[in-house]
Amino acid sequence: MATKAIGGMAGIFLQEHRVVEAARKVREAGFIKFDAISPYPIHGMEEACGIKRSGIPYVTFGAGIMGLLAGLGLVYYTAVVDWPINVGGKPMFSLPAFIPILFELTVLFAALCSVGAMFYLCKMPKIDPPVIDKDLTCNKFAIFIPENDLNYNQERVEKLLKDLGASEVKKVAEY
Amino acid sequence: MIQPLNNALKRNELVLGNKSLKDITDDICAPVERVPSKGWMLLFVSAKTLFLFYILTIAMVVSTGMGLLGTNHPVGWGTMIITFVFWVGIGHAGTLISAILFLFRQKWRTSVARSAEAMTVFAVMTAGIFPLIHTGRPWLDFWLFPYPNQRGPLWVNFRSPLLWDVFAVSTYATVSTVFWFVGMIPDLATIKDRAKNKIRRTIYGALSLGWRGTAKNWSHYEMVYLILAGLSTPLVLSVHTIVSFDFAVSNLPGWHTTIFPPYFVAGAIFSGFAMVITLMTLIRIGWPKFQDYITIDHMEVMNKIIMMTGLMVGYAYGTEFLIAWYSGNIYEQYVFFVSRAFGPYAWSYWIMIFCNVVVPQLFWVRKFRRSIPVMFVVSIFVNIGMWFERFVITVTSLHRDFLPSNWGQYAWSMYDTAILMGSFGMFFTIFLLYLRVFPAISIAEIKPVMNVGKDNEGSH
Repeated sequence: MATKAIGGMAGIFLQEHRVVEAARKVREAGFIKFDAISPYPIHGMEEACGIKRSGIPYVTFGAGIMGLLAGLGLVYYTAVVDWPINVGGKPMFSLPAFIPILFELTVLFAALCSVGAMFYLCKMPKIDPPVIDKDLTCNKFAIFIPENDLNYNQERVEKLLKDLGASEVKKVAEY
Repeated sequence: MIQPLNNALKRNELVLGNKSLKDITDDICAPVERVPSKGWMLLFVSAKTLFLFYILTIAMVVSTGMGLLGTNHPVGWGTMIITFVFWVGIGHAGTLISAILFLFRQKWRTSVARSAEAMTVFAVMTAGIFPLIHTGRPWLDFWLFPYPNQRGPLWVNFRSPLLWDVFAVSTYATVSTVFWFVGMIPDLATIKDRAKNKIRRTIYGALSLGWRGTAKNWSHYEMVYLILAGLSTPLVLSVHTIVSFDFAVSNLPGWHTTIFPPYFVAGAIFSGFAMVITLMTLIRIGWPKFQDYITIDHMEVMNKIIMMTGLMVGYAYGTEFLIAWYSGNIYEQYVFFVSRAFGPYAWSYWIMIFCNVVVPQLFWVRKFRRSIPVMFVVSIFVNIGMWFERFVITVTSLHRDFLPSNWGQYAWSMYDTAILMGSFGMFFTIFLLYLRVFPAISIAEIKPVMNVGKDNEGSH
C-alpha cells in the first residue's frame, strides 16, 4: 500500500435501528468521513450517513451506448466494407438483421462496465482487507470514525459512540 | 369487519421459526462447513458417474463423427438442437426469479433466487456444449466468433439467426454468471469471516474480493444489483426469442410462425420453474433446516407460475392449429393436421400435450399445490413434456418435406440416448458441487426480509 493506513475508533452495535440512529447522530456531530459497516444493506442507512446516490447508472448508460456503437462498427465494417456478400438479395447494410447483435453487445458492455465501475468505486478486489470484527458480516453492525476526520478527538469519539449505545468501542489500527 | 380483512391481507412469514441474524448465518452456512452427508455422497457419485459416461460419449461422437447420432437426411437437426433448446429454456426461470421478480419487488424470491440463478448458469453451460458438437467439427468452433483471420478475411454472417444465437447465448452466459457472482460476494465474505482454518479463509477471502460491507459499498452494490436485474430482464427475453428465430426465420411449415418468440419464452419459463421445483424439493429433503427458508408458501407460488405458463403454452399449441387452418396454406395445414398430431410421431405430440397441458391442471387444487410429492412428480412430467415439445417442433417439421421422395424418419440411436442422459449427469454434478461450496440461499438478502409477516402491520 502506497498510502499510510488510517486508524480510528469503531463502535460495535447489536441492533439495526440503533446503528442507523447512531449514524445519523454521528453525522450531526460534525463528522464527515465516518462509515457504517453492516452484514446486509440497511434501509435508510444511506440517508443517515448522507451518502449521495451512486453514479454507476451514468457508467451503464455510457457503456451501453459504447457497446451499441462498437456493435454497429463491427457489423458495418465486416458486412459492408471488408467482405460484402449478397445474402438473398438483402442490402449490404441490412439493419433489421443486425439488431439482435447490436442489442446483445449493448447489454454485454453495459453490464460488464457497471460491475467494473462498482469494483473501482468500492476499491475491489482488495487483498486482506482489515477486519474490525468477524461478526460484522454476520449479526453485528459498526460505525467507524477515522482519525483524520474533522475535530477528531479520541475521548470525545469514544464517549459519543458509547452514548449512542455501542456495545463495544475499540481502537482500530487500520481501516 | 376490519379485523378479518386485516387477516386476509396479512402476509405469511417468509422465514419461519423466529430466527435471529446469527441463526440465519449458521443455518445457511452449515452445508458448506460440514462433512457431506451420505445422501449427498450417493447423489454426487451417481451424477458424477453419469457425467464421466457423458464425457466418454462426447469423445466417441467427436472422434468418430456425427454419424453416430440419428441426424441424417431429411432430419438434419436432432438431439443436439432439441436438448440445447431444452437446457437453455431451463435457465430462463433462474433469471426470471433473480431479475424480473426483483424488479417487481417480490420478496419471496429471496430464498430461491441464489439456487435458481445457479441453475441458470449451469443449465446454460450444459446447453452450450450441444451446438458446439452439432457443428460436427468442434475443434473449429472458434470460427463462430468474428475475429480478424487469414481466410480472406472471412467474416461470420451477421444476417443469420444461428450467429445471433452465438451472441445471445454467450452474452446471456456471461451476464448471468456475473450477476450470480456479484450477488454472492457479501456471502462469501461472511463465510471467510467464519472460517476456522487458514486455507478456507484464503480461498473464500480471494473469492469475496475483499468485500467489507461499508455503507458506501452497499450503496454502490445495491445500485449495480438493480442495474444488472434491469439489464438481465430484456436479455433473458431476447435469448429465447433469438433461439426461436433459429426456427422461425426459416421457411419451413411448422417453424415459420410469428408466435414462436412469446411461445418459446413462456415454454422456457414453464420448464425452468419445473426444474426449480425439482431441485428445491431435493434441497428441502436433503437439508431440513432449509424448510424454514424455502417454505411451502414459496413452493406454492412457483406452482402457480407453472400452472399459468402451462396454460400459456397450451394456448400456443391451439393457436398454431388455428393459424394453420386460417392461413389456407396446404403445407401448413398438412404439418399440423396430418403429420404432427396424427402422423408417425403422433405419440410424441400426445406425450407433450399430456405432460405440459393435462398434468399441471392438478395445481388448480390447493392441496396438490402444497404437496411436496405431488409437485415433485408434476415437475418431472413437465420436464419430460418440455423436452418432447422441442422434439415435436424439430423432428415433425423436418421429417415430411415438400416432396414425398424426401420423406424419412429420425434414426434415433443409442448415442442420442446416451448424450441426452449424460447431460443430466453434467448438470447435477455441477449443481451438487455448488451446494457444498457456495451458500445456497442469499444470506445478505434474506436478512432484510426476515421480519416480513412477523409484525402486525404486515411489514410492507
